[in-house]
Amino acid sequence: MADLSTTWLGLELANPLVPSASPLSRDTDHALRLEDAGAAALVMYSLFEEKIDREAAHLQRFLHEQETGFAEATGFHPVPEQYKTCQEEYLEQLAALKARLAIPVIASLNGASLGGWIEYGRMLEEAGADALELNTYHLAANPDEDCATTEQRYLDLLGELRRHVQLPINMKISPYFSALAHFATRLETAGADGLSLFNRFYQPDIDLDTLDVAHRLELSRPHEALLRIRWAGLLHGKVNLSLGVTGGFHTGADALKALLAGADVVHLCSVLLQEGPDALARILTFLQDWMTEREYTSVEQLRGSLSQSHAVDPTAYERANYVEVLDSYSSPPGVWR
Amino acid sequence: MSGSRTRTIDGNQAAAMVAHRLNEVIAIYPITPASPMGEWADEWSARGQTNLWGTVPQVIEMQSEGGAAGAVHGALQAGSLTTTFTASQGLLLMLPNMFKIAGELTPTVFHIAARSLACQALSIFGDHSDVMAARSTGFGMLFANSPQEVLDFALISQAASLEGRIPLLHVFDGFRTSHEVAKITVFDDDVMQAMIDDTWIHAHRARALSPDHPVLRGSSQNPDVYFQARETVNPYYDRMPAIVQGAMDRFAGLTGRQYHLFDWVGHPEAERVMILMGSGAEAAEETVHHLVRQGEKVGLVKVRLFRPFDAEALLEALPASVRRIAVLDRTKEPGADGEPLYKDVLGAIAGHHARGGRRFDELPLITGGRYGLSSKEFTPAMVKSVFDELSKLQPKHPFTIGIHDDVTHLSLDWDPAWRTDAHADSFQGVFYGLGSDGTVSANKNSIKIIGEGTDLHAQGYFVYDSKKSGAMTVSHLRFGPKPIHATYLIGDGEADFVACHQPVFLERYPMLDKAKAGAVFLLNSPEPPEKVWDSLPRRLQEQAIEKRIRIHAIDAYAVAQEAGMGRRINTIMQTCFFALSGILPRDEAIAAIKQAVEQTYGKKGRRIVEMNFQAIDAALAGLHPVPVPDKVTAERDLAPPVPPDAPRFVVEVTGEIIAGRGDAIPVSRLPADGTFPLGTAAWEKRNLALEIPVWDAELCTQCGKCPLVCPHSAIRSKIFPEALLKDAPPTFKSAPVRGKDFPKGLRIAYQVAPEDCTGCTLCVDICPIHDKSNVSRKALNMAPQPPLRAQEQDNWNFFLILPEYDRREIKITTIKGSMLMQPLFEFSGACVGCGETPYVRLASQLFGDRMLVANATGCSSIYGGNLPTTPWTVNPEGRGPAWNNSLFEDNAEFGFGMRVALDQQIEQACELLLRLRDRLDADLVEGLLHADQSTEAGLYEQRERIARLKAALGVIDEADARHLLELADVFARRSVWIIGGDGWAYDIGYGGLDHVLAAGRDVNILVLDTEVYSNTGGQTSKATPLGAVAKFSAGGKPTMKKDLALLAMDYENVYVAHVAYGARDVQTLRAFLEAEAHPGPSLIIAYSPCIAHGVDLSHNHRQQNLAVKSGHWPLFRFDPKRIARGDNPLRLDSGEPTLPYREFMQTETRFSMLWHTHPEAAERFAEQAQQEVRHRWHYYRQLAELDWDEHTSPAAEKARLKPETH
Repeated sequence: MADLSTTWLGLELANPLVPSASPLSRDTDHALRLEDAGAAALVMYSLFEEKIDREAAHLQRFLHEQETGFAEATGFHPVPEQYKTCQEEYLEQLAALKARLAIPVIASLNGASLGGWIEYGRMLEEAGADALELNTYHLAANPDEDCATTEQRYLDLLGELRRHVQLPINMKISPYFSALAHFATRLETAGADGLSLFNRFYQPDIDLDTLDVAHRLELSRPHEALLRIRWAGLLHGKVNLSLGVTGGFHTGADALKALLAGADVVHLCSVLLQEGPDALARILTFLQDWMTEREYTSVEQLRGSLSQSHAVDPTAYERANYVEVLDSYSSPPGVWR
Repeated sequence: MSGSRTRTIDGNQAAAMVAHRLNEVIAIYPITPASPMGEWADEWSARGQTNLWGTVPQVIEMQSEGGAAGAVHGALQAGSLTTTFTASQGLLLMLPNMFKIAGELTPTVFHIAARSLACQALSIFGDHSDVMAARSTGFGMLFANSPQEVLDFALISQAASLEGRIPLLHVFDGFRTSHEVAKITVFDDDVMQAMIDDTWIHAHRARALSPDHPVLRGSSQNPDVYFQARETVNPYYDRMPAIVQGAMDRFAGLTGRQYHLFDWVGHPEAERVMILMGSGAEAAEETVHHLVRQGEKVGLVKVRLFRPFDAEALLEALPASVRRIAVLDRTKEPGADGEPLYKDVLGAIAGHHARGGRRFDELPLITGGRYGLSSKEFTPAMVKSVFDELSKLQPKHPFTIGIHDDVTHLSLDWDPAWRTDAHADSFQGVFYGLGSDGTVSANKNSIKIIGEGTDLHAQGYFVYDSKKSGAMTVSHLRFGPKPIHATYLIGDGEADFVACHQPVFLERYPMLDKAKAGAVFLLNSPEPPEKVWDSLPRRLQEQAIEKRIRIHAIDAYAVAQEAGMGRRINTIMQTCFFALSGILPRDEAIAAIKQAVEQTYGKKGRRIVEMNFQAIDAALAGLHPVPVPDKVTAERDLAPPVPPDAPRFVVEVTGEIIAGRGDAIPVSRLPADGTFPLGTAAWEKRNLALEIPVWDAELCTQCGKCPLVCPHSAIRSKIFPEALLKDAPPTFKSAPVRGKDFPKGLRIAYQVAPEDCTGCTLCVDICPIHDKSNVSRKALNMAPQPPLRAQEQDNWNFFLILPEYDRREIKITTIKGSMLMQPLFEFSGACVGCGETPYVRLASQLFGDRMLVANATGCSSIYGGNLPTTPWTVNPEGRGPAWNNSLFEDNAEFGFGMRVALDQQIEQACELLLRLRDRLDADLVEGLLHADQSTEAGLYEQRERIARLKAALGVIDEADARHLLELADVFARRSVWIIGGDGWAYDIGYGGLDHVLAAGRDVNILVLDTEVYSNTGGQTSKATPLGAVAKFSAGGKPTMKKDLALLAMDYENVYVAHVAYGARDVQTLRAFLEAEAHPGPSLIIAYSPCIAHGVDLSHNHRQQNLAVKSGHWPLFRFDPKRIARGDNPLRLDSGEPTLPYREFMQTETRFSMLWHTHPEAAERFAEQAQQEVRHRWHYYRQLAELDWDEHTSPAAEKARLKPETH
């Protein structure tokens, strides 16, 4: 049996498969089933900055400041002595998962601006999280904001969180950086312990009936994995960060490719939502079988063996075969003739 | 001595604190100003707070105060310690049970926030007319004069009632005492334990009905014994004053606060004395102290125990030196020889003298006067005036004080500038804010900071507006080293500090009238520092110079915006107050404000805490002094409240009330019978909107949806001949009218009333038209109001003088057509985005010119009829809805009475017409009797006939003709509308509503269903849905919403519609037309999104859509007319629910709150509610699919045998 163990964010994991932030962690029973299926750690669903803010504003408007100035009705809602906010619920769920699971539990914060919400990192640490994921979902859509400012935004957020917690911090970022490799080193300098490649920006859709810009959830598809694999290969060995890949990993083959390229862990989400915990077990089995068959003794041994630094043709990760790829395509018979 | 802790709370909370600790069952029903007592009790029980004996009191909301009293009676008879809270009409509904409770010698205390009774008008404010109406019930009455006394007397009354078996009303003045926040000394449980003897409770329990020792109580007695039995209670009443005094003495031993049945204040050899009870006694006490210090021999008796009245104790309280007595009553008994307290005092003293008593050297002269009705101010100057009157040779009797009576000349004059020295070393501040800007909350918070953080005494009183949108609040705050007895507002020239939190008030209110010389004026102004002075109107500048006012300004909205707090300026203005007032050291004050923010939001909202902290710091940085030059630079002065060319009544009365000068209106200018003109809201330009809609005539397809949804009738459509445009202002917009229903050559305009719009954005929201090149642009778009105000006001004025389109030409079944009809309900003071008013306005458009409206008390009666103005108005012919509000509980019967009278008048008119037929044109008579008035054309023709009839009758000199002339107008079809909320229809008025539905007369009942008691602040009604959090349902309402429609459909002759205009407007329109056309009773249950749902009302339409799609609010119409055709009368107008109910729930705070407090219950309710709505849908669908022909339906058979009757 090959040794599947890996180290990620300083945590010793039994294998490199880590379910990423998803609704599955809201339910302790689901989390237990993932653990049983072989998950090596669990990233919790995200605590969103917007949700915290929206909820706080809502409670302020309709609870704490509901006065209308009308003599007969100073307010409309009974003000409860105790109530739970989304962050308190999150802390409770974190505590519940920690109490029931043996694997590490990573709490996830999702936001894009500085402010009080980042302090929740400390509460998550106190509640027993093994690490924190900081998922920064910022679209650089403002023409007045240059790329340096955009990068600084991430670094400021990370720095602020680092000020509050001792825990390992995993940055989950998008691929939309003009100098991603350089930026990764800046994150490392700013205190990140790991990097997750990449969060998926859900794309808004247009409703042709209502002419509204509508939001729609699309689960990841396997073709998305290649971008992650490429960047794991590019960054492996060049930064001193744990590397995770996330987005499009549905098969053992893709997971294996990511490891070969240099990822420390492979995150799974859509495939678990679609197929349940068995998918995780299936991928794990594939890894084990493939490694046994090829006589690999450990993940350690194979990790990064095909990274850019170690690849036979390092240019393959970059521009070199661009032309060949483009030219290699020919339409199916009958399409043009 | 025990209990020296202080709390800063209001009278209602003080009463509830004791009542909740000393009772086991609390039966409640909301009524202003007593509702907060029930709310506190409910909240504490919901949190599991126990009473003195360790159990959580049961708090039960009933369907009316009558129900609450019945439940109290029952609980008492079953041996529980039981109480209730009420006021005004609520107390009146309790009277029958109160006679029983007292008749059975049952100990209980009802806590009463005493309030005016509805007479010529309803009033929610304080006086003693309610409790005086309860004098004969046998309840004792103990009057508390201040929040401190409320706390103390709540305990004393409970102890005395248990001991003496006489039930007591514990009375304090509504609003003045119930809502006054004051620093009071509270007592601990050991005081309560020491006051309540367990043996009394055992005795009460031993008297309880029990099958283990059964008795009969509540028998029926006959002439032989009833009288004697009635006299059996005398010893109890004889003993009661001594028992109350005993309780007061014990209380004094425990707390150091000594009270007497009659408390004397003043010179030991006083010659002139005033006797009164309630909060006015505090102002009187302050004045007496001042006058005595000045050497005047005056005094005051504060009556504590009014019933049983202890004449001897009164006499003992009065010094022998008394020569003149003025007895003041806060009530009016029209036609009596004097008010109750006066009569009692007179009887006591005259009786004493007549029986040879010689307490006084000579029989004092006793006069009686009325004061303070409906919270009318009662000031030291007025007290002084009464004493001055007593010095006269012939003091006036009876008299009034506080008003100018130029009709019967009973009022005394007073010098409004006269002051006592009570406030020489205290701080007085007045704050003008918007109801929604948090000024009141911030001030309550400041009072707590000062009251609980220092040794200073503190008092806060808040004057509210009669409007729900854009309401102004004026906070009156006092702080000082001595106890504060000032039960009156801070007067002109008295304030050390005046704050204007809203720049818009500058042009409306002469706020510096309140300022004393050298006072600080804090102004929230968007102007840069160098321009603030010039922005002040002339009067304010003059006063600032004359009084050497120190002005400080801040752009609070800019600071708030920068700190991320949107438009919430309360913390910012509070910071400025502390920074400038010097009541606390600045740093200490700022730390205290920050601590308060921490306490409120703490770890729940770090971001909010941070934003507030940032705002507090920015407030200090942004506050700047405004130099006051030595000359006036203003080019404008305060705006008049109404234009000078308004009707005389509007100028002299309405305008004065709008300007805040209503107190000075003399008696002669007010109608004696409560009758007011319509159309007055149009004169009050409130300019609430920051942005108003702007019409794009080219983009618009003229669908008519915008006027339909406008809650304030501030956007209108009109069709007119093109030729009239020649006089139009240059920016007036119109477009050729589209559609086959209109002849060529006409134009249509959609016009906004810029100063009446509240900026709710609902018209823009509903607009279905988008610019094809820019979807965010619609045919209506919001734009800032100030630059458009003058231009659009001209356009609006022009729009108004355009003729109304001929109603006969309108296709009223279309939205576009019906929206051409003139709204006869406009510019109400309802909340911004109100979900009720579009229905009311729609009815006024369709039927307003022939409508009688019976309006239940509630939101619709307040925005419909609260002075100064009314939104109900008239058309160019002078016709319009005739409106009245009787009560809360009787509205269906009230409207029914109108219908019965009209039916009777029609019958009589027909008889007279037939008697006179030979003298009249035969075609005319025939036409009058058999007119088809189902269309506007038919109505028009009938009105023409009536005019001809009147002309013909005018020349017939006979009694019958004269009589018919009086009745002739009833030949034109009248439309009786019975309008009210769900509190009325589902709860307090349901019995009457049910009876009226069953009675079959032609009335139209419109239930504006907000699913909660909206007007009184969100208490649960039987319309409240399962799982919704409302007051009295803090844990989510555990039962389903009552299906009023289903109950009504059971009658089969009732037209029933379930509508939601924001979801399907045409269905709503059809329902209104069908309901009105139905010759029997009609019931429209209208979904009305309300601020109480905890959702921004700019999403009103979205919420209606969600309600329909989730199955919460199915749309349907049940038309009995279809039965006659052999069809099923029920037609479903909305489809099977497509949206999970949970998704609807999670959009509204009333539901979503439960996930924060009781997540498991929330899940359970969500599941249960989902099943229920599914079940209800299927149930309705099955009903709608039932075979309904004469073979299967008795109703159809009946209908077949007896077709429609009119």
